[in-house]
Amino acid sequence: MIRTSETMYKYLRPDKEFPHVWCPGCGIGIVMGALVRAIERTGFTKDEIVLVSGIGCSGRMSTYLDFNTLHTTHGRALSFATGIKLANPKLNIIVVMGDGDATAIGGNHLIHSCRRNIDLTALVVNNNIYGMTGGQYSPTTPMEHKASTAQYGSIEKPFDICKLVEACGASFVARSTTYHSKMLDALLSRGIAKKGFSVVEAMSQCPVQYGRRNKKGSPVDMMMWYKDNAISNPAFKKIPPGEIGEQFPVGILVDLDEPDYLERYSQIVKNAGGDRL
Amino acid sequence: MKKHKDLVLHGNEACAMGALAAGMRFFAGYPITPSTEIAEFLSVELPKVGGTFIQMEDEISSMGAIIGASLAGVKSLTATSGPGFSLMQENLGYASMAEIPCVLVNVMRGGPSTGMPTRPSQGDVMQSRWGTHGPHPIIVLSPQSVLECYTLTIHAFNLAEKYRSPVIMLIDGIVGHMWENIQLPEKIEVIDRPEPTVPPDWYNPYDNLPGGEIVPLVPFGEGYRYHVTGMVHDKSGFPTLVNEEVEQCLDKLIYKIKNNLHDIIRIEEYMLEDADICIVAHGSVARSAREAVNIARSEGLKAGMLRPITLWPFPRFHLENISKRVKLFVVPEMNYGQVYGEVLKSCPKRAVRVTRVDGELITPAQIMEKIEGAAL
Ligand SMILES: Cc1ncc(C[n+]2csc(CCOP(=O)(O)OP(=O)(O)O)c2C)c(N)n1
Ligand code: SF4
Ligand SMILES: [Mg+2]
Repeated sequence: MIRTSETMYKYLRPDKEFPHVWCPGCGIGIVMGALVRAIERTGFTKDEIVLVSGIGCSGRMSTYLDFNTLHTTHGRALSFATGIKLANPKLNIIVVMGDGDATAIGGNHLIHSCRRNIDLTALVVNNNIYGMTGGQYSPTTPMEHKASTAQYGSIEKPFDICKLVEACGASFVARSTTYHSKMLDALLSRGIAKKGFSVVEAMSQCPVQYGRRNKKGSPVDMMMWYKDNAISNPAFKKIPPGEIGEQFPVGILVDLDEPDYLERYSQIVKNAGGDRL
Repeated sequence: MKKHKDLVLHGNEACAMGALAAGMRFFAGYPITPSTEIAEFLSVELPKVGGTFIQMEDEISSMGAIIGASLAGVKSLTATSGPGFSLMQENLGYASMAEIPCVLVNVMRGGPSTGMPTRPSQGDVMQSRWGTHGPHPIIVLSPQSVLECYTLTIHAFNLAEKYRSPVIMLIDGIVGHMWENIQLPEKIEVIDRPEPTVPPDWYNPYDNLPGGEIVPLVPFGEGYRYHVTGMVHDKSGFPTLVNEEVEQCLDKLIYKIKNNLHDIIRIEEYMLEDADICIVAHGSVARSAREAVNIARSEGLKAGMLRPITLWPFPRFHLENISKRVKLFVVPEMNYGQVYGEVLKSCPKRAVRVTRVDGELITPAQIMEKIEGAAL
């Protein structure tokens, strides 16, 4: 644990903006810890990393970490990140978004980033709710679950974020949870190292706005629910479809080797007689 | 690119060439009439100079992408028209707030909504000033010719870099699609982003420097790790809600423009020295206004023209000065009177408007009719 704290400390901005905004028991801090360990493992320097985030509780992550950090507008983080990456391909860009950020208001940018296969790593913190604005339902709120704008229970079918981005052409797709935080950092470092568009979904408890309303118990109870229902992808595939209840697959779900956007664009530049990084 | 200095170009093409000459190497956009030729031209030319062209999924992301590219140190551009301009407003406000240099071209078409895609207008004068929410600075330029599409786009990039601000080129659809024979200037002034003057540990990207000096924006990845946000921030860039810091942050945004009006505002005066009547016109309408001045003079009426080249900040002091001399202002524009309202605000003298919203040109005769009808 001491070692973990040392790594954390190395990347935090302790003199800025602390104490942080997150509620006691919130999962976002665990996700941030996993991200820091993942970056530490990749060996990139702080200067080589750009952390771009959207707006929401998860979007606040960029404030606390000592990289080049960009806190953008709600849903648009991927478009800012696209500009940075194409303007300076040497930078390694990680984009942190909430579930609403990434799949509601920013859904268009998410699917097109997948399709373009642009070399970014998207970390989607999925707490099944709009945390920051007080618990309204999001595109990942399960059916019949309550939210401040779904007091009678949600009647909308939720997105499976990993399936969505797989269908749209992401090169690397993985999922983990705050309970499986070691797996989360391993997946994140794979995602960061991957050339092409990577999406890592981190299931993260929001005890205050989601858990409380839906009687999910304490933050620990919510993490134990992740423990009980997260199934490794190979094992998940063996479950007959009729028998899948609330379980969901974790681990690497997609890992493709395809030319990324920049590789293709560089070819165009070369053919046109231009010079590029 | 064509080598000759004598060229027959349309406004949109000249604008794109001006951007390239200014060192723009990143374009992100979404097709929309009557601006699309800018994207099409740059999709061919940018790869030749190693720059980036990308067609984004919409105008929201186009604006986001050019802010990102600018933060990575590359001069960046987007181009759109009314409906797309509306979509860009949130991120345009972000660029103002976070003080990110970039240039946005809006080739105006008839509105509101889808309006008249193929017909020109000047309907976005107010949207270019107030389209995004909250108090914010903005610089808006209005060219009247193909040559000015070229020179003012270069100027727009210079102002963007100098004042760390988004700059809008507000081109009416006539000027954007008009062909003219032009000679590119031999020499142009290009302002690049200055180097930081302090080491990383001392760097505050939003510092209030004495004399209003503007802190150089260091590109991401050069060892100056800092935070950029659209939230109200302190001098280091981190969000703040401390009253004095909030005020400082917002005041600074406004005053960096307000204290430099003499440098930012460009106008053209035509035969105004002895004029009784001052026509205030910009863009393509200024061309008809110039002709109206000539006709009026030939009829013994002392008319002149003030042409705001910088539309925002509005050349209010120039108007105030002129209003001491003239008896009547005539404001022709291709909307219901957006600049007219600013003229009324700037001078208590009589002002009449000439409006046209059907997408046809305002003719010199139409302006003359108003002049002759308004007994002095
Ligand atoms: C354009 C715009 N619309 C709405 C909002 C208000 N808003 C801020 S955060 C948020 C939702 C956050 O939910 P999510 O993305 O899931 O992030 P979380 O807070 O749960 O981490 C909303 C609706 C905004 N900031 N900007
Ligand atoms: S509202 Fe939920 S997601 Fe936001 S900080 Fe609190 S617990 Fe975390
Ligand atoms: Mg959420």
